Amino acid sequence: MLNVIVCLKQVPGTNEVEIDPQLGTLKRENAATKINLYDLYALEAAVNITDQYGGRITVISMGPPQAKKAILEAYALGAHHGILLSDRRFAGADTLATAFTLAQAIRRRESYDLILTGMQTSDGDTAQVGPALAEFLGIPHVAYVHKVLGIQHGTEKTITVQADMGDALDTLQTQMPCLLTCTKEVSRPGLPSYLRLKAARERDITVWTYDDLKQETGPAYFGLDGSPTRVQKVFPPSKEQAHERWEGPPAALARRLYARLQEMKRI
Amino acid sequence: MTTPQASQLDAAQIQALMAIVGPDAVKTGDEIAPEYARDELVSTSSYPDAVVEPANTAQVRAIMRFAHTHRIPVTVRGAGTGLCGGSVPVHGGIVLSTTRLNRILEIDRECMTATVEPGVLLLDFQKEVEKLGLFYPPDPGEKSATLGGNVSTNAGGMRAVKYGVTRDYVRGLEVVLADGEIVQLGGKPAKNSSGYNLVQLLVGSEGTLGVITKIILRLVPLPALRMSLLAPFPALATAIAAVPAILNSGVTPTALEFFQDKVLHAFEESMGKPFPHTGAPAYLLIMLDGNSQTELDAAYAAVAEVCLRQQALDVLIADTSERHSALWEARGSFLQAVKAMSEIDEVDVVTPISRIAEFIMFCDSLAEEYGVRIYSFGHAGDGNGHVYLLRDAMDDATWRQRQDEVMRIIYQKGAELGGAVSGEHGIGRAKRVYLHEQVGETYMRLLRQIKQVFDPLGILNPGKII
Repeated sequence: MLNVIVCLKQVPGTNEVEIDPQLGTLKRENAATKINLYDLYALEAAVNITDQYGGRITVISMGPPQAKKAILEAYALGAHHGILLSDRRFAGADTLATAFTLAQAIRRRESYDLILTGMQTSDGDTAQVGPALAEFLGIPHVAYVHKVLGIQHGTEKTITVQADMGDALDTLQTQMPCLLTCTKEVSRPGLPSYLRLKAARERDITVWTYDDLKQETGPAYFGLDGSPTRVQKVFPPSKEQAHERWEGPPAALARRLYARLQEMKRI
Repeated sequence: MTTPQASQLDAAQIQALMAIVGPDAVKTGDEIAPEYARDELVSTSSYPDAVVEPANTAQVRAIMRFAHTHRIPVTVRGAGTGLCGGSVPVHGGIVLSTTRLNRILEIDRECMTATVEPGVLLLDFQKEVEKLGLFYPPDPGEKSATLGGNVSTNAGGMRAVKYGVTRDYVRGLEVVLADGEIVQLGGKPAKNSSGYNLVQLLVGSEGTLGVITKIILRLVPLPALRMSLLAPFPALATAIAAVPAILNSGVTPTALEFFQDKVLHAFEESMGKPFPHTGAPAYLLIMLDGNSQTELDAAYAAVAEVCLRQQALDVLIADTSERHSALWEARGSFLQAVKAMSEIDEVDVVTPISRIAEFIMFCDSLAEEYGVRIYSFGHAGDGNGHVYLLRDAMDDATWRQRQDEVMRIIYQKGAELGGAVSGEHGIGRAKRVYLHEQVGETYMRLLRQIKQVFDPLGILNPGKII
């Protein structure tokens, strides 16, 4: 019986994030929201793990009250319990304050075996919150997990995973509890179930505010106050695309393409 | 009516065609690519003597005058994505390709119409009008088809359940007749009771009555939101039997498709992509659209409840663009996936919606009896199921015999259930026999007489439909 925690973030519903040219901030008003794509892979990985080994899935999300929608959706995808961290004092958090707030919430829970997060979010793309959260909790973590190979119940519980290091796949074994950040390879996300969603409407969502999490730390670690990062400017990345158009007989084009690919060290 | 013999065009005639359209726009002999001799499904091929690519109506008129004078067969061809040999020049002669007639001439926002040339690709057109917040609903699976091809076959597609088929969007046509005369049929008005409706006679006539050179299409406002539901069912029978109940739920789905798990396996194998759900014997895939989230939420809940009452195992919600596209991209490649496994032959029978379950179950039952793999999927919501026979490792003789036996039985069953030979692909060459058998002599005589009026010399797409 494993206790698995999955962290979820609500992100803008479209992939093309619009930036307000005057304010230099992300346009979030009126935009539909959805669960960050990588988090869905993490959640589905949790579903697979608990299907195999037994267990419960708790999802945690920090966000405005509307983020309850993401938790309901997580219920429809197979999560058993949801916690929403929602307080004005959490607003404006950078990756450090976000990870800290999540850590405070997770510490409040009794015990856990595994924390899963997406490898990054589609709006921030920092890939920092997962590892930072593990550091705050003092547990081992593996980033870019590509595949969960299995859980071993020896004298101590361990998990074996494959992590995608770009040019190599590392196979790693680590003691539990631990935190894994997940790539798109880790699972095959299912679709929310109407039956589960109907049942979930009866189920409550735990909401924790600043008062539930402050403990001995005080406000300095939360929200904007707890965020050393200052965003100077937000701008869409320049899209670098090069096009070349070649014409000629197919055989000559093929030779030229081969030479070019060789030159680019692609083959 | 005379049926022209395959005529080898002589050098002077080729010159004459080049004088009309320019030397680069006439291809002969080895310059003719193999696809001009066939379409997407029919394995028999027949080369034209020349492929001619006119760039405007005047050139089409000149080509037709020339063909009329010399009694040369003319087969109009769009993108060649047909499925029953409609654009195959079975009597040789000229293939009139609409490739260069590819301009969107006007989008009239006040009348909500678009005027296009026949060679515009469906996918380009849909993209263009959607940029303006407008919507052209006909949605046949083959998006690289031309609008001229869609009009000529009265193409249907998935959104027919809510929005109807190509015919329902054609307001007017410019047509070059067999002798080169140009005639305007219909126009922008939304209503028209002015005599016989020749626009609708030309729609679905597969290039046998005239050459379409302009099309006026009706547009509708683009719905703001769309989403999909995927309902796994314990059996094919229960899945298809749920369709009338869904259509009676007070919600009209945009699209309502069915498929079996074996099609999903074929998809996953040949496309190397996972489908978001597997393990159920049959599925309904339902698309909904609307202008507000509240409206859409209520609609999907109503449909989901009906599915569950009809024994659906669950109803899965595709409410984001990723989820929605994953489902419909998969659905869009089913035919390709089945074709990747084996040579196929297809049935495009449409039945009354109340009989589609019986029809599909009947076709499914033939597989074992006749020792041939039969896959079916398609438009459950409008009674147009597509049934595919797989050749697998059969030799020519066995395959032909098996095709013949099974097809005959399937078409008989379709007729018995009050269905029609083709729901959306057309008759072309491949389904003529079945059409004749089903509609009888009086009906066929009327068709031949109509053909005689439009094309007394029989030069327009000879060997098709009638």
